[in-house]
Order: sequence, then structure tokens, then C-alpha cells
Amino acid sequence: MNFFSELGRFAIFMKYVMKKPQRWNVFWKITFREMHNIGIESLLVVVLIATFTGAVTTIQTANQLLTPSDLFPTQLIPKFVVGAVVSTSSILELAPTVTCLVLAGKIGANIASEIGNKKISEQIDAYEVMGINSASFVTLPKIMAGLIMIPSLIIVANFLLIYGGVLATKFTSALTLDDLVEGARMTFHAEYVKIMLIKSVIFSFLITSLSAYQGYFTTGGALEVGEAGTKAVTKICIFILFFDLVVAQIFLGL
Amino acid sequence: MIIVDSLYKSFGEKHILQDINLSFDKGKPNLVIGASGSGKSVLLKCLVGLLTPDTGRVVYDGENMVDLDYKERQVLRKKIGMLFQNNALFDSLTVEENIEFPLKMFSEMSKEERLHRVNECLAKVNLINSNKKFPAEISGGMKKRVGIARAIALPIKYLFCDEPNSGLDPLTSRVIDELLVQLTQDLNITTIINSHDMKTVSDIGDKIVFIHQGQVWWEGSKKDISKRNFDNEELENFFKASF
Repeated sequence: MNFFSELGRFAIFMKYVMKKPQRWNVFWKITFREMHNIGIESLLVVVLIATFTGAVTTIQTANQLLTPSDLFPTQLIPKFVVGAVVSTSSILELAPTVTCLVLAGKIGANIASEIGNKKISEQIDAYEVMGINSASFVTLPKIMAGLIMIPSLIIVANFLLIYGGVLATKFTSALTLDDLVEGARMTFHAEYVKIMLIKSVIFSFLITSLSAYQGYFTTGGALEVGEAGTKAVTKICIFILFFDLVVAQIFLGL
Repeated sequence: MIIVDSLYKSFGEKHILQDINLSFDKGKPNLVIGASGSGKSVLLKCLVGLLTPDTGRVVYDGENMVDLDYKERQVLRKKIGMLFQNNALFDSLTVEENIEFPLKMFSEMSKEERLHRVNECLAKVNLINSNKKFPAEISGGMKKRVGIARAIALPIKYLFCDEPNSGLDPLTSRVIDELLVQLTQDLNITTIINSHDMKTVSDIGDKIVFIHQGQVWWEGSKKDISKRNFDNEELENFFKASF
């Protein structure tokens, strides 16, 4: 199936997904369960990755900018620049993009294999025969839960990335906490937070909808369910990187 | 009553169903038999609308399902119950929740009324004390019964069963067959059963349709089968191979 056929099939799939739920109480019950699966179950991995990435980014940035070299034998760059680089890159790139690439592997594969398994075991057909819009029933709660929980996780990740930087100042003599905070404050723009939230909403939709789509059109058996998970993660990563570039160019391109 | 009129279905170059003309009566089990790959599962999926025929009509009491849009089809489907070959029970729900599911989605019953109905359905399929078990914790025969109970939870008019005896021992098979006959009569519904089990055919087949290479080769009843009253070489071979 070529790219345009698949895009068309995805558009038709989304047309069925974006229908009003047949029972709101059932929809919200499933959505809350999915919010737990997507959000709470992913919290630990996000906390670990964000804290460590923040610490490592701070140490490496400090090392690159503050170590005298042949080109700059004496230190020319003020120390607070490290704080500026770490906080800005955390808000704009590390929190939304890196977190979502990690979540693509965790949540995306999980959704694709769950729906793929429902497909091959005829549970999707059972919904249809009952008169239930199966595409919407299995996908919409996941999209809704993703749109609520993934941006929340990204906000948490953003704070933890900077907190990781704060922790890193305790392990390096090159930079103090004051330098880090000063740099972060000097370069902070509310516009950056808006860009982060826009990215997080787009990426949340990509993670949940692409993985559900891949699972919904699974045919075959257990092997194909596994393949659906892998394909979903690959596609999500490609689209996240593509839309990351698009958003960066639209809002920050000179 | 369900009428199938000039039904054709192909997948690419492969013609699966060709010029199928049939009628299925109310209040008695209608059996569709044939070897694996003969097209009977595709026929069943065309009948319930899971597959759209290339041409032809599937008429449910005067309403042609093929002409209906998605919403109208959903309304018709609420009158349809289906027992899938692999049961298609929702594995994250208990037996009770599986049967309660269609009631939750399409009825205005209170929780107590729904549970009462669930227990009624479980009693109809002779399955008690399994309410809180998950599908993975029950046997194949019990799964079939839960599938049937779920199919009849709402007041259906049509019941479709895809290979209801697959994977069951002869004794359980017979119990399931008897259950389907009893439900068809009690609920006065149109039941269509896909099977390649000749024991089922000779026990409950009030109307039998033999499908071969995507076409209807023979129509009759269990009486014709018992008297070997068929002039059809393919059916003869199928019959001999089954015993």
C-alpha cells in the first residue's frame, strides 16, 4: 500500500473515529481507565528519563561551553549561558520531543498490539455486529486520554529536566545553582511554553491515533500483532520528528 | 426471514461467492454447510454486513442491508446476535460483564435489571456460578455458551453462528446444537448456522444449504440427508468424508 492510499485509509478511519460516542457514561469510564494506563503507568519512566536527561544535558553543556580550548584559551562565555541553553532546550525540545519519542515506544506499541489483538480475535467484528462503531469505541477514548495525559506528562518532564540540571550543579564545580537559575530566567519566554504545549498536543494525537490505526487494520495472527506494534512505533517516530520540524519552522524559523 | 438475492463477492481476481440465491426461514435452524474455503464464512460476513457484497441484496424482513448507510445498518444490527468461531468474548471483561455489555450500550435498564437479565441469559444456556470468571478461566464449551448468552441478551430477531462446534468434543457439541435449536424455537428467531460438522447437520438441519466453490450446489433438509436423497457428487463426497 503506497503512502497516499494509506493516508486516505487513515483519513477514512479518523472520520469514523471522530463520531459522537453512543454512550457517554461508557465512553468516560473507558477514557478514565485509559488515562490511568497512558498517564499514571508512564509516570515512572518519564520521571527517570527527564531527571537523568536534565542532569546529563547540564553537565555536557557546561563541559562544552566552559572548558577552555585552543580556539578560546580563556573562558569567554558567561556561566549563566549554560542555564539558558539547558532551560530553553528543555522547554522547546527535550520535554516534548524526547518524552514523546519514549512514549511512542511505550504507549504506541501497547495500543497497537491491544487493538490488533482485538482485531484478530474477532472482538472488533463483535462490536460491529452489535451495532457499535468499533473504530470510535476502541480509539476515541485512547485519543482523548492521550490528549489529556501526555501534555501533562510533558509538563512534569519539563520541570524534572530543569530539576535534573539543578541536581547536576551539585556534582560539578564548573557551574553553580545561581548560574543555572540566572540563565534560565534571563532567556525564558512564555512563547516557548506555548510552543511546547502545541507540540505536546500534536504528538499526543500522533501517538494515539497512528497506533490505533495500525492495530485496527491488523490481519493475520500473533506475529502480525507484534509487527503492528513495531510499525506503529516507527511511523509515530517519523511523524513526530517531521511535525517537530514543521512547528519549529512555523514558530521559530527566521 | 432473510432473503439473499444474486449475491456476488470477490477479493481481487478471486471469486468467492457467485450468484447466491437463498431464503432463510424464521423459527428453525438454517444450516450452511461446505468444506473449508468453500465461501460459507464469507457468506455469513456478507449477511451480517461485516463484508460488503460486490452485487446482490441481503433482505431482512423487507429491508435490504446492502442499501443501508452506516447508521441505518447499526440500527438493524441491534436485532442481530452472532456467535463467532473463536467466540470473540471481550477478554478484559468477566462473563457477567460480557453479557451485560450490549445491555449497557443499548438498553435503558438499571444495574439491577441488567444483572437480572444476565442471570436469565446464563440460565437459558445452562451456565451458572461463572459470573465472575474471565474468558481465559473457562472451557471452550463454556465460552460458546457465554457467546450465545451475549448474543441473546438483547431481544434479537436473527442469530448467526459461525462454526459453533469447532474445537468442542462430541458431547458438548451436541449440547450446543440442542441449545441453538431450543433458543431458535423459544425466541422465534431466524437462525443461520455455518458448519462442516455432519453430525450437527443430521441432528438439527431443518434447512440445509450446501456451498461449494462459492455457489449453492444443493438445498434440502436433514430428512434428505438421512435418506441420502441428494443427487450431487460433491455433497456425496463431503458426506462420505465426514463419517
